[in-house]
Amino acid sequence: MISIKNVSKWYGSFQVLTDCSTEVAKGEVVVVCGPSGSGKSTIIKCVNALEPFQKGSITVEGISVGDPKTNLPKLRSRIGMVFQNFELFPHMTVTENLTLGQVKVLGRSSAEATEKGLKLLDRVGLLAHKDKYPGQLSGGQQQRVAIARALSMDPIAMLFDEPTSALDPEMINEVLDVMVELAKEGMTMMVVTHEMGFARKVAHRVIFMDAGRIVEDAKKEEFFGTPRSERAQLFLSKILHH
Amino acid sequence: MDSGFDFDVIQRSWGYLFREGMTFTVTLTLLAMSGGIIFGTLLAMMRLSAFKPLSWLAGAYVNLMRSVPLVLVIFWFFFLVPYIGAWILREPNPIKVGAWMSAVITFTMFEAAYYAEIMRAGIQSVARGQVWSGYALGLNYWQTMGKIVLPQAFRNMLPVLLTQTIILFQDTSLVYVISATDFLGAASKVANRDYRLVEMYTFVAVVYFVISYGLSTLVKGLQNRIAIIR
Amino acid sequence: MGYNWHWGILLEKEPGGTGIYLQYLIVGLGWSLATALAAWVIALVIGSLVGTLRTTPMPWVVRLGNLYVEIFRNIPLIVQMFLWFFVMPELLPKELGDWIKQMPPPWSSYIPAVLCLGIYTSVRIAEQVRAGIQSLPRGQGMAGTAMGLTAAQTYRYVILPQAFRIILPPITSEFMNVIKNSSVALTIGLLELTGRARAMQEFSFHVFEAFAAATVIYLLTNMVVVLGMRLLEKKVRVPGLIAAAGAPLPGH
Repeated sequence: MISIKNVSKWYGSFQVLTDCSTEVAKGEVVVVCGPSGSGKSTIIKCVNALEPFQKGSITVEGISVGDPKTNLPKLRSRIGMVFQNFELFPHMTVTENLTLGQVKVLGRSSAEATEKGLKLLDRVGLLAHKDKYPGQLSGGQQQRVAIARALSMDPIAMLFDEPTSALDPEMINEVLDVMVELAKEGMTMMVVTHEMGFARKVAHRVIFMDAGRIVEDAKKEEFFGTPRSERAQLFLSKILHH
Repeated sequence: MDSGFDFDVIQRSWGYLFREGMTFTVTLTLLAMSGGIIFGTLLAMMRLSAFKPLSWLAGAYVNLMRSVPLVLVIFWFFFLVPYIGAWILREPNPIKVGAWMSAVITFTMFEAAYYAEIMRAGIQSVARGQVWSGYALGLNYWQTMGKIVLPQAFRNMLPVLLTQTIILFQDTSLVYVISATDFLGAASKVANRDYRLVEMYTFVAVVYFVISYGLSTLVKGLQNRIAIIR
Repeated sequence: MGYNWHWGILLEKEPGGTGIYLQYLIVGLGWSLATALAAWVIALVIGSLVGTLRTTPMPWVVRLGNLYVEIFRNIPLIVQMFLWFFVMPELLPKELGDWIKQMPPPWSSYIPAVLCLGIYTSVRIAEQVRAGIQSLPRGQGMAGTAMGLTAAQTYRYVILPQAFRIILPPITSEFMNVIKNSSVALTIGLLELTGRARAMQEFSFHVFEAFAAATVIYLLTNMVVVLGMRLLEKKVRVPGLIAAAGAPLPGH
């Protein structure tokens, strides 16, 4: 479904991505990990064209992301994204956050959008907070609403950019549980994260990036069992000690 | 547009405009800036003092100056200063004070309110630890302020102080209302004498633009250099 | 002090026939406010537009916005008044210029004053709007874009509602500034409050009563504006969204 071929990206003269290639099939859950500055957040933002890239190609269900003729808002509406800092719209209630995209981008009626939004809100366990403002919710609650917001657009794939990195430890699990559910239901997911427990549970493949390159791209069992690259081994040994 | 415009009038009056007018404007700006910053710093210190009446008084002064149009303040001082002068010098009648002296006093007192707010933020931006280490060494309040806090506050707020001065420079043009011969006043006299309003006022606008824009570009450059040093 | 105080002057009749001096001054306040409000509308519309455009990624649009701001920021207000009043009619095509020149007072002073003040203030509002927009976390814009909102939709629904709430306090002082700056229009013949205080001083020779009355009226107006803005702030406040306050900005 998502096809990344030989993608390279520069910020000015500094190269942040070098010749990255990988595929994500429908229903697959791919975890992307690596040290800071490895380019993992950047590459995921290239998939829905939040960041431009200079070389290579990315296609989502056959639609080329880098093609200037592509209708980007339409493409983006089909891909859901969850951010590290939740990025709920603080001046709108939870319900309004859930319905904005549905009404303005997908053209659904307000009633339809609200019904769908509330259903998803219930699914993440937060129906009681439908009229609250994001500032009144905890980080874990905000992130769950953010996931519901992305799901309300009926996306074909979901991108997660370090969804639990900004959360207090007690709240990480409530968010991961939602993501695990989503994976079990067959959603195509690309997740940038340090949470290896999550990867072990539901990921199909794990990608390890370092300094802008994809260093390792293997099935989960292989990755955790016998990673081929030294760099990946070093990384794993450091983070698995937690 | 019929070209009945005579831009030579600018050339002919150049000397008068700059020797008399611009000198007035620039001198007024510099005097008001110096006096304003000194008085403003004093006001800022008063506002931050723990002695409530002092703090209240300074606060009332600053708020009053900031709530009233500059034009009105110019009129106030123009008529008030002769009486105050008479009271100080124990004269029976109000003493004669020209537009120049009145303007210097007005702008110093007025701008002090704005400089005061800037210096207040500046003083507050100096870490409390600096004050404590001054006292710990045995320095008294004035020494701590003078040698440790104010120099840092001043340096921190330098770009903002300079920007305020550029605004002061532009505001001096309002002395027009007391018929003073600043740059605008001089140009206005020439314009009305020779009936060349378009040429003179356009010229004034251009000159003010060039000077203000030039100065603000310099301040921006200064800001960038300070940012790098930090 | 050799001055005869006579506060009753405020209740005496004004030679022009408007009524008592106090009334005369209050009518002046009316003109100040009429000028300020009309200019404020112009300033908000143009300023918001220019400020927003300066945050877009299109370089030539940003440059145009910057040019606009720099021109009207570096010329003193009174000089801009003179340009609008004396110079502008001369630069227009002859018929239009003549029509403007024979407008009766007070419109001949009011309209240039409103245009001048509106454009002058729009520059300050543009700066506030730009600062407000740029103070938002980048992720907000990204979240809107990621959802499929177009750039215009993202500004309309996500960025601007937040930016305006953030800049509400400095916008309040800008509004007070417009009221104060309307006094500069007396130089082109508009009889607003300060101009009338000056006229009252000239007719009655009671200098300090005249200016004191005007001062008090400005202070009361100030209080009303501050109160009004505080109510507005309460009304649009979002629970949990704390707007950041900044260091004082230079200027009046």
